[in-house]
Amino acid sequence: MKNSIVMSDKTILDVKNLSVDFDGEKIIDNLNFEVNEGETLIILGPNGAGKTVLLKTLLNLLPYHGAVKWANGVKIGYVPQGLPLFALRELPLSVEEFFAFKKVGKSEAVIAMASVGIYDSAILKKRIGLLSSGQFQRILVGWGLIGNSDVLLFDEPTSGIDIGGEETIYNLLDKLKKERNLTVFLVTHDLNIVYREATKVLCLNKQKLCYGLPKEVLTSENLARLFGENVGFYEHHHE
Amino acid sequence: MLIVGTFVGGIAGYLGSVMVLKRMALVGDALGHIALPGMGLALLLGLDVSLGAFAFLLASVFLIWLLELKTSLPAEALVGVVFVASLALGFLLVPEPELLHSLIGNISNVGFFGAIVSVSLAVIVFAVIRSVRNDLILSGISPDIARAQGVNIKTQNLIYLISIAAITAVGIKITGTLLVGALVVIPAAASKNISRNLKEYLFLSVLFGIFSSILPVGTMIVLVSVVIFVFSLVFKNFRKAV
Repeated sequence: MKNSIVMSDKTILDVKNLSVDFDGEKIIDNLNFEVNEGETLIILGPNGAGKTVLLKTLLNLLPYHGAVKWANGVKIGYVPQGLPLFALRELPLSVEEFFAFKKVGKSEAVIAMASVGIYDSAILKKRIGLLSSGQFQRILVGWGLIGNSDVLLFDEPTSGIDIGGEETIYNLLDKLKKERNLTVFLVTHDLNIVYREATKVLCLNKQKLCYGLPKEVLTSENLARLFGENVGFYEHHHE
Repeated sequence: MLIVGTFVGGIAGYLGSVMVLKRMALVGDALGHIALPGMGLALLLGLDVSLGAFAFLLASVFLIWLLELKTSLPAEALVGVVFVASLALGFLLVPEPELLHSLIGNISNVGFFGAIVSVSLAVIVFAVIRSVRNDLILSGISPDIARAQGVNIKTQNLIYLISIAAITAVGIKITGTLLVGALVVIPAAASKNISRNLKEYLFLSVLFGIFSSILPVGTMIVLVSVVIFVFSLVFKNFRKAV
């Protein structure tokens, strides 16, 4: 294991009494949780529950109260919620130049792309706007992983991607988790993904509504509290 | 004069390339107008118009930047307010005989000392923008990614706005306050039409900027750059059709 991790029992993130408010409105209220190295924490909640705000707070992009404590020396990669590819259509920017924004050269870009399953280096010369949304999402993941990130924060990774593309993104994530002992924070409102990917789930609707192993905490009662009464219909029936 | 045009035009194109990507195309235009009262004051006091313009621009840019921080209103709206206020003030302050020149400019007005100042400013701005260019573009694509990368967006925006102010201050002598925005925006817009990557885009923005600024009259400069833009548009559609 990595020497740089000095917190007890491989805890990689410890969040205590976290509150975030905008203009007096509470977006996140007194949140406590802890994530260990190699875990996949899924942050589940309806729209407007504060999921993206939580990720941004963990990245120290927003002002907050309470404590957000990362283990020493942790490198965090971030893949934001569906960058609007349509807005980038006309951007005169090649994939290689996009990687250069992260101050890496061609060889590192090639390695990063290979780690997300893109082996055709001709794509480096391609304009960002000409990529398919699936390719672009992969490039963003590869970009987030540059610099040997130990942690990947992933906000709705499949928004705006078709079902085939969605499948590849999660396959890719599985592969990366195995290869790198990556700790993953994944924001979603898709229950199926929780059962498939999560080692822990945090149900968030401004407050922590449930937290723990998906099988144990995703009861119909908790889901109803999280999403409203009708969601039982979507519940995943195990075995 | 040719040298001043080349430098200022080229660097204006370079600055503009970032501006167009950040969707701030009209900021340059507005800043040109903001310069007017500064020029008026300089004329009244017998100072160099660029100096007056720069002082005024710097104050306005800082004001806009500060308001943006404090009010979270978009820069565009703030620039809009400061812009009309300055224009009205400018018309009151600029003495009538000089008004037309202030509005549409004349590169042959630039003296030797002015030329040296303009060229050095252009070179400094080029160096500054070159060093922050990637971060500026990245924050235009996604402020969150940029900040997660450790980019200090507030500081960079201030540096960027000051650079625009500097180029606008020297540019107004060439094209006047009404048209200085064209110096910044049109070469970049034309270049964007035909570029496939950032390298081409930046190079062509500078090239088009230089090419349109070698004429002595502000209005001509703008018209030449518009012609380049139209050609770039035709080329773009032609390439799409093939």
